[in-house]
Amino acid sequence: MLGKITKSAMATAIMVSTLVSGAYAATEITLWHAMSGRNGEMVSEIADRFNKSQDQYQLKTLNKGGYEDTMTAGIAAFRAKQAPDIIQIFDAGSATIINAKGAVYPVQSLMEDNDIVFDSEDYIPGVRNFYADSQGKMIGLPFNSSTPLLYYNKEAMKAAGITQPPKTWEEFEIMAPKLKSAGYTAMAQSHSAWIFTENFHSRHNLPMATDNNGFDSTDVKILYNNDQLKMHWSKVKQWLDNKYYGYYGRAWGDNQDAFVQKKVAMWLGSSGSFGNLRKTADFDFGTTYLPYWQSITSSPKSTFIGGGALFSFSGHSKDRYKGAAEFYKFLTKPEIQLLWHKETGYVPITNAAYDLAKKTGYYKEAPDAEIGILQLSQETGDWSKGYRLGYYVQIRESLYKNYEQILSGDVSVDSAFNSIERESNKLLARFNKTYQ
Amino acid sequence: MQKAQFHQGVSPYLFVAPQVLIILVFFIWPAGQAIYQSFLLEDAFGLHSEFVGFLNYRDIFSDPEYLDTAVFTLLFAATVTFFSLTIALLLAVQANSVIRGAGSYKTLLMWAYAIAPPAAGLMGNLMFSPLIGDFYALINASGIDFNHHQNGSDAIFVIVLIAVWKQISINFIFFLSGLQGISNSVTEAARIDCPSTIKRFWTITFPLLAPTTFFLLVINTTYAFFDTFGIIDVTTRGGPGASTNTLIYKVYKDGFLGADLGSSSAQSVILMFLVLALTVFQFRFIEKKVHY
Repeated sequence: MLGKITKSAMATAIMVSTLVSGAYAATEITLWHAMSGRNGEMVSEIADRFNKSQDQYQLKTLNKGGYEDTMTAGIAAFRAKQAPDIIQIFDAGSATIINAKGAVYPVQSLMEDNDIVFDSEDYIPGVRNFYADSQGKMIGLPFNSSTPLLYYNKEAMKAAGITQPPKTWEEFEIMAPKLKSAGYTAMAQSHSAWIFTENFHSRHNLPMATDNNGFDSTDVKILYNNDQLKMHWSKVKQWLDNKYYGYYGRAWGDNQDAFVQKKVAMWLGSSGSFGNLRKTADFDFGTTYLPYWQSITSSPKSTFIGGGALFSFSGHSKDRYKGAAEFYKFLTKPEIQLLWHKETGYVPITNAAYDLAKKTGYYKEAPDAEIGILQLSQETGDWSKGYRLGYYVQIRESLYKNYEQILSGDVSVDSAFNSIERESNKLLARFNKTYQ
Repeated sequence: MQKAQFHQGVSPYLFVAPQVLIILVFFIWPAGQAIYQSFLLEDAFGLHSEFVGFLNYRDIFSDPEYLDTAVFTLLFAATVTFFSLTIALLLAVQANSVIRGAGSYKTLLMWAYAIAPPAAGLMGNLMFSPLIGDFYALINASGIDFNHHQNGSDAIFVIVLIAVWKQISINFIFFLSGLQGISNSVTEAARIDCPSTIKRFWTITFPLLAPTTFFLLVINTTYAFFDTFGIIDVTTRGGPGASTNTLIYKVYKDGFLGADLGSSSAQSVILMFLVLALTVFQFRFIEKKVHY
């Protein structure tokens, strides 16, 4: 009896699977990403639309956790020869994947080999170079691109008698005591490395590392031990001591929550935080550019992007690469970019998508949504295109560690920056030795 | 008298085979991989690698931060082990002498065992959160300036507290069953000879509990070294500064997050030998004092 059932079940299963594979002669391609919440839903939504738009390829998306988890999953899969076709890698990890010669199929070659027109000039300036090699050839396709912005609580500003958010840190220093008397900590920020270090250099047109911020070689030295950055962190420590600045730990969300709960009046976060804030904050808030020090520069430059890019692993079949290329083409269509931009707050990555957003009047109804891309489109300096530094995840760790020691008063600013320099250069030398 | 003889065919080997296989696959093989990898400089994707001898080890030992981390880990392990053992023993002795409602006491004390370390860490983090934490508000209201996101010793206090709290339950279960295993005739005889409860505990009960205590000492040490990872990851992530960085957390950060496989493997090997040495020490020197 049992045998009979099993047999007939097997027969049915075989029949069904034949039918299914007959119906979907599509090539399956996989995409691993690190997007969760609303952003993750949008990845699925875009994949869905791609799958419906044609019947040759079937894109499957899979969330692999956070940025680091996704990269590690990709590394493990690649080593086991089970790599996905496409993987999302975040800014700080890009040196690891780009410098591992032979790990990826550069997106620009992938597109050109599959006869899809590709012009890096189509991409907005702040986005174009970050995932490109030193000759400007794009290795990864910028995917979720964001930039640091200042969010301010309009009620808090009004209560303190402030009409305009600060353009410069000098202006901030005048406002901070007023906000304190109104019962607010003036500011918090969510990413000491990204906002108060990397973009600090871009905004003030300062180099982060030798050899063209690391784009030209792996044999580089860090340049963080400079007077400007040291001055900034001395100020941050002063602000903290005067209760103008709040530090709520390393977690992004804890610092954002302080803003949402009206403990701090201004918060430096990401342009990608916009959609989420609109849902969680029950007060009227505005957005503006990242402040700069008038004492360092009178013409601030554009910031560069954070976020991640899509990379194609090497070692797959031609057919699957064609599928990946088709998906990239679909993803960079202006209407898809506009959808992504509107729903997530990440900036549109192509000029055409930005034009479409303007044409459809999106920025008239939500002017704050344009601040990120406007900041990225500001005049670029010599040091605005980004950085390519190895073991940068660990360098960020060193930054966090030393900054926290400055804030707790355990070490002086000078000795913290000496440690940062020593630790970073040691990591960079190791990376150079490993990846040369 | 004839000695019973067993014919040794393949069957005994078959019986131990699954166990040996598990050890080979889940311990010997990965440990061997780690040792092999620790002598290489290899890019994350395994495309190019170079044999570099002890370079990874030299890099680690020349790093002052690594030595700080090692010292902290040892102190942390000692503190967590000491407090989770003593508090659990105290509770077990008390619960053992309770007559009314003993069952509910025991059940309540065992509860925390069911909580995974990351969940315990998450709860602790919320309770001490500067934004919504009740403990944070309480401590700061009493005049102490407490913030585990800014102050290293506050952060250490928080993770030790969570780690100890989480571990008390399991120690409690073992101590309680150990106490219940002591035969009544012994305790009654002692009661006749010695009226002091405290003296009776140290001279009769505690030596009889020694095998349990020793077992728990070994288990708790490895717990403090390895299983506290989840607590640290959701509360302090090694910070502020590097004040709560443990060796295992550093292995994770450098290898899993930072993709530096050579250094991370070498650190794992060092950690493996450290814990091995500690366990051997415990068996060689402390176990001698244990009477079974």
